[in-house]
Amino acid sequence: MEYQAKQLFAKHDVPVTLGTVVETAEDACAAAEKLGGRVVVKAQVLTGGRGKAGGVKLAQDPQEALAHAEQILGMDIKGHTVRRVLVTPIADIAEEYYFSFLVDRAARQYLCIASTAGGIEIEVVAHTTPEAVAKVAIDPLVGVDEAKAREIVETTGFPTQVTEEAVDIVRKLWQVFVEEDATLVEVNPLGLLGDGNLEALDGKMTLDGNADFRHPEHAAFEDKASADPLEAAAKARGLNYVKLDGEVGVIGNGAGLVMSTLDVVAYAGAAYGVKPANFLDIGGGASAEVMADGLDIVLGDDQVKSVFVNVFGGITACDAVANGIVSALQILGDAATKPLVVRLDGNNVEEGRRILAEADHPLVTCADTMDGAADRAAQLAAAPAPQEQRA
Amino acid sequence: MAIFLTEQSRVIVQGMTGSEGSKHTQRMLDSGTTIVGGVTPGKGGQSVHFDGETVPVFGSVAEAVETAGADVSVVFVPPKFTKSAVIESVDAGIPLIVVITEGVPVKDTAEFFAYAKNIATSRIVGPNCPGLISPGKSNAGIIPANITEPGRLGLVSKSGTLTYQMMYELRDLGFSSAIGIGGDPIIGTTHVDALQAFEDDPDTDAVVMIGEIGGDAEERAAAYIQEHITKPVVAYVAGFTAPEGKTMGHAGAIVSGSAGTAQGKKEALEAVGVKVGKTPSETAHVMRDLLSSSL
Repeated sequence: MEYQAKQLFAKHDVPVTLGTVVETAEDACAAAEKLGGRVVVKAQVLTGGRGKAGGVKLAQDPQEALAHAEQILGMDIKGHTVRRVLVTPIADIAEEYYFSFLVDRAARQYLCIASTAGGIEIEVVAHTTPEAVAKVAIDPLVGVDEAKAREIVETTGFPTQVTEEAVDIVRKLWQVFVEEDATLVEVNPLGLLGDGNLEALDGKMTLDGNADFRHPEHAAFEDKASADPLEAAAKARGLNYVKLDGEVGVIGNGAGLVMSTLDVVAYAGAAYGVKPANFLDIGGGASAEVMADGLDIVLGDDQVKSVFVNVFGGITACDAVANGIVSALQILGDAATKPLVVRLDGNNVEEGRRILAEADHPLVTCADTMDGAADRAAQLAAAPAPQEQRA
Repeated sequence: MAIFLTEQSRVIVQGMTGSEGSKHTQRMLDSGTTIVGGVTPGKGGQSVHFDGETVPVFGSVAEAVETAGADVSVVFVPPKFTKSAVIESVDAGIPLIVVITEGVPVKDTAEFFAYAKNIATSRIVGPNCPGLISPGKSNAGIIPANITEPGRLGLVSKSGTLTYQMMYELRDLGFSSAIGIGGDPIIGTTHVDALQAFEDDPDTDAVVMIGEIGGDAEERAAAYIQEHITKPVVAYVAGFTAPEGKTMGHAGAIVSGSAGTAQGKKEALEAVGVKVGKTPSETAHVMRDLLSSSL
């Protein structure tokens, strides 16, 4: 979020006004009073496009700040509920620039993208006037030294009177990027103020989760309150889960296979009017405990009407997965109420299927192929409680 | 022949004395891989007993190269130490470095990739990948060797389990090599690199390419196929129904062009004549049809 990015900017001496983060309209009013009355009230959410959504408003006095905060708090911006607003003094802005460092996947190095046409969406600028967007490649082994910073500033075309200050800020933003292990640092706008100084007026960062071991302090940035409760529960158990809007729960091993399973369920579900309910990757292990945790999460979604367990035993043996499913159902007991379609293939598949057949659990159906299993799971989700229908 | 990995490959395992390293060393040995040593700093001179073989441990990669003629390294060391392990292999002149480790910081990968690129004697596969297998010849990584026999298909994929699934779907035809390149933002070997190697390999007749959402590697592969690939390529792209990316920043979207959607990738591939299956099983069908019609 913006205020968090600004905290990291400040840590590396990038000029920034931190402002005050508040969670109630009354506190926003009090903050505005302290800041001199004329303020900007900005929604703090993990997404862009806040201005367009009405999440950023100017207030001429504390009462207006209160009214704006009342309106913005609780607002939904692209699926994110606004729980806090940032109150900052209105800056005297002469010009607005765009600046970012990011990972360039294609070139397998870093890239700086900057433009003197800032303040608006950079995609639009890149599309309409590509010559106004400077792109400078950065060698990961060299980084942004004095010479590279100067190259960036000159290529971007910053006004000559701010050259030295811009070089300094570019180097400090580079420190933010590398020392915080970011994959994106974006400043939009980087403002040229009336007094001739540059300041990061808004900021956005993406931190590399793989580098958390180097940054225990980054844990504080995690927004637990705004996360979906099922996603939070899954994360707490070390599972990779994304909630979707559908009826067929999906559990599989390996991100690619689970993604593929979602597609297959969506295709099969079209005939029955159902969709996949979630993405859940249980990873390589697939022990009884992991399977029970996974089932528990997926069944915790009230919208789920059936569950498709899709496992390809590569390193994992299918008999272990089958035992996992059987024990998971024992652990869950009466909590497991929805039909399960299980498709196993690969390592020790015969033994796995034999274990499931032997357990003969009333909720479990085995399928031979991914497509067949998806079809069966979709059918079960569309027609709940098939046993009763048969009776 | 095969790509990158052959029966002549002399493999070392960095991190062989760890639990994952030793488990997979056993599996690689079982599938016929020539493992000439493990490397664990401080444990040089020891050896590890596997079922059927005793493998020496070297204190450094350079020593393994000098003493045992190692020319492939499979890296299992934890994320914290991956960068230094890879750089050690690059410095020792290992031509093929396969980084299995998951969870390596992007910054570390960017640095070891740039380092290897400057020296230009090592190919890196991964990180966060299942490695590669040339069935019946050698296996460098964690791809199960019992899914399929040798054959004349090539496979390149970002995903591990989807690789296994696709090998399984086409197990009666078999594979010359299958390579899992990994799904991290920065990877050492790309779809394009693998396609080029398969094109040049006389023992590969056709290629299955598996992609997934994110980045624009598939679009770049499509452009490359149009220019340089004469062998038939069949593709599968996972993630048509995946929710919109959460990590995609403004600036990232500019670089990625089509913003990494499965639909965009499918269209880019189809535009250059690559047939794209809707599901893994359909993709296998498409490959079978293509091969039978070209006979």
